[in-house]
Amino acid sequence: MSFNATRPNLLAAPGVAWLMAFMVVPCLLVLSYAFFQRGVWGGIDYTFTLENFARVADPLYARIFLNSARIALTTTVIAILIAYPAAYAISRAPRLRQPILLFFAVLPFWSNYLIRTYAWIVLLNREGLVNNLIRSLGYTGEPLSLLYTEGAVITGLVYNYLPFVILAIYSTLSRLNPELMEASRDLGAGPVRTFWRVTLPLTLPGVAAGGVFVFVLSIGNFVTPALLGGGRFQMVGNLVYDQFLTANDWPFGAALGMALIATMIVLLFAQARATAHASGEGRGEAA
Amino acid sequence: MNAETSPILRIESVAKSFGPVTAVDGVSIDVRENEFFALLGPSGCGKTTLLRMLAGFETPNAGRILLDGRDISPLPPEKRPLNLMFQSYALFPHMSVRQNLAYGLEMERLEKAEIRRRVDETLSTTDLTQFADRKPDQLSGGQKQRVALARALVKRPKVLLLDEPLGALDKKLREKMQLELKRMQHEAGITFVIVTHDQEEALVMADRMAILKDGRLLQVGTPEAIYERPADRFVANFIGVMNFIDGRVGEGGLFEAEGLRLALADAGPGPATLAIRPENVALGALGEGLAGTIADIAYHGLDRVLHVKTAASPVPLQIRVPVSGTATHQVGDALSLRIDPARCRLFAGAAA
Amino acid sequence: MSGQTTMGAMTAAPPAAGATVPGVFRRRLPGRIVLLLVFGFLYLPIAVLVLLSFNDSGLPTSWSGFSTRWYVALAGNGDILRAAWNTLVVAVFATLISTVLGTLLALGMETRRRKSNGLEALAFAPMVIPDIVLAVALLSFFSRLNLTMGLHTIVISHVVFDLAFVCSVVRARLKNFDYSIVEASRDLGASGWTTFWRITFPVLLPAIVAGALLAFTLSVDEFIIAFFTAGAGRSSITLPMQIYSMIRFGITPEVNALATIVMGVSATALMISQWLNKEQVR
Repeated sequence: MSFNATRPNLLAAPGVAWLMAFMVVPCLLVLSYAFFQRGVWGGIDYTFTLENFARVADPLYARIFLNSARIALTTTVIAILIAYPAAYAISRAPRLRQPILLFFAVLPFWSNYLIRTYAWIVLLNREGLVNNLIRSLGYTGEPLSLLYTEGAVITGLVYNYLPFVILAIYSTLSRLNPELMEASRDLGAGPVRTFWRVTLPLTLPGVAAGGVFVFVLSIGNFVTPALLGGGRFQMVGNLVYDQFLTANDWPFGAALGMALIATMIVLLFAQARATAHASGEGRGEAA
Repeated sequence: MNAETSPILRIESVAKSFGPVTAVDGVSIDVRENEFFALLGPSGCGKTTLLRMLAGFETPNAGRILLDGRDISPLPPEKRPLNLMFQSYALFPHMSVRQNLAYGLEMERLEKAEIRRRVDETLSTTDLTQFADRKPDQLSGGQKQRVALARALVKRPKVLLLDEPLGALDKKLREKMQLELKRMQHEAGITFVIVTHDQEEALVMADRMAILKDGRLLQVGTPEAIYERPADRFVANFIGVMNFIDGRVGEGGLFEAEGLRLALADAGPGPATLAIRPENVALGALGEGLAGTIADIAYHGLDRVLHVKTAASPVPLQIRVPVSGTATHQVGDALSLRIDPARCRLFAGAAA
Repeated sequence: MSGQTTMGAMTAAPPAAGATVPGVFRRRLPGRIVLLLVFGFLYLPIAVLVLLSFNDSGLPTSWSGFSTRWYVALAGNGDILRAAWNTLVVAVFATLISTVLGTLLALGMETRRRKSNGLEALAFAPMVIPDIVLAVALLSFFSRLNLTMGLHTIVISHVVFDLAFVCSVVRARLKNFDYSIVEASRDLGASGWTTFWRITFPVLLPAIVAGALLAFTLSVDEFIIAFFTAGAGRSSITLPMQIYSMIRFGITPEVNALATIVMGVSATALMISQWLNKEQVR
């Protein structure tokens, strides 16, 4: 490797500098705010305190945190239950069609998040398509309040993150040696037992990667609860938003953000460890 | 076919095509109990498709596959008393060696103690006991190969199918494993059907072998029979080294080529090709037999192979002479070749 | 962190070779039904929006005839036009900067002798960090520096995640890069610099353009970070911010038309990006 092999660090430097200056430093700055007091007029009063963290643990906010976690977990489980069969079906499609199917499964993920969420307002509205459909089926009562419910929030989150889970699971499925499934059949296991004992265990890393991603993005989400929850649903993301833009309590908002980042880091590490373990990389135990 | 031992596996006019491509074209083979049988052919000859039909991963378009007289072709792979050793070994990476071996027995719903007993037994006969708790990632290529074999053997299949079992190993290890496979087949008393493209491997290991080309069966027989009496030009060329001399047979069974006349007993008139192995050509005194000059000499340790240019063939003929022989040859030497009609094969028809 | 491989796969071409599907597993019907349902779920809401944007009444309740009046209305809406212009400016500048920085970062990371975990984490973080956290961090940062916020601060912020995605696309391509062609070029007498411009760069170009297109769409669509770093006043409102306020404060059917246009633009950019990446694999 002779091309500029002498100065990889020089090549990386501008990008690294940008990320340090506009990601690492700002994040550290805002996280440091968590240790200070709120100023009288909304600014920062640089007096050390741990009060903000105590407030995060306050039942009022802890409940919102747990509630967000519950919604994020429900979203994750539903997304996996839909994505696995879809990814499996794509991996079983004719080879030439697989990249196309995958591309169209992932395409919505890259298009505008707001618009995709907004589409569900149109669908779930009291005058929306779903209510119209139910009425045309003979329902005559009051239109159902589908929007601004927890169900609407979860539907929106599942809808938005489903493509990523499909992709994550597909990528482990497609890397699986098909002879492993054949070997299982050959050794006497039917299709169902082959799935539970070989295919599923070997694709769990993909499930975990997709799941952690959806959970992390859901628990910190702000747009979906704001639009589909109609403000009735406070999630951590909304709480952070409020502290910075309406309540003007930046230190408390920073403490909440820190809790989000901590959750994310813990989950990512757990997933990385679990993946390494599952793929049998724990060398030297028996050697 | 030989009637003294009943066939355990009978392949009856089996055919398989994928869309417009015919992979296997009406093949019939009988495999006898306890034999080491090789399916040999160049890549794309249909041998792997045939093996996959035996294992149950492909369904024949026509024909039957009988195991012990019972047609197994409608059965899914898990219901067939045959096991396959995969080319990639297909060891389950999330299970230890012991769990890999136990898997097939658990599917038979055997008791835990029985499973443990049989797994332990197989681990010890395949020298794997010390690796029982390792994951496949922690094994060498040769060890993985043994685990794959053990996992199939522990099921005590009626027939063990092996798909290019030694393909991933280096030459030294491959030669060692060829003998080991033969020994294990002997000890286990199980019929082995092996697929290979390596004719040397087939000659060394197989009791009998079948040669396939373009989905069709060309010849079945013992290695000796096929080596000595190949059925056609393709088989003759595929197995071992063969010299070919194109010519024609005249009236009275006289084979004629440029600079060569040979009386052959049972030859009909017409264009024909004479085939003879390098070790069957003798050197004669100058002036008698086929005249030629040495174009090249290749040293092979025990013997030398002389490449001799003659008028009879555009390709130099190969002649194998022992190194211990007193004669010293040099490139450019003129010599004379003696061809014994009894050691030749004659294939009628014009050369392809 | 192993999520990264999935991320790399996501931004690059999908794994091209699904394994051959053996005969016994070739049962198609249930798979087709699953795919039909899932694709229906994914595309039905989008299809409804597109259809509504051409509905004369603009209401989801009834179809009152095909009309392009909402698109015409868009063209006359000064707020929206200004937001569209702002979005374009932000996306173009963010894409240019992030493409250069992201490509260099990818080259740097892939030519390093030893993988650095710190560097990996740094390049991976922008893709997983909750955007609300990055948004408040940048807001705090800019206000701490007493910087006047506007389009330029949005550009700075967008480059953070854009460059991570460009880097991941280019790295995916570099992983399959045959370094012997670089050695061949050097062997034939080209200098390191000439080799880069004549060999490495042309081979990587499709991946770089694919990464740039991805960065462009991400930037066009990004809402939360732009919302926090745009500063006060209406002068630096971007399209997603405009859409958000239209959705929140009274839905007008113009939103449907705007949404359709925005989705059309991103879908086109993504298809070109995907196509470029695929050509490269061959």
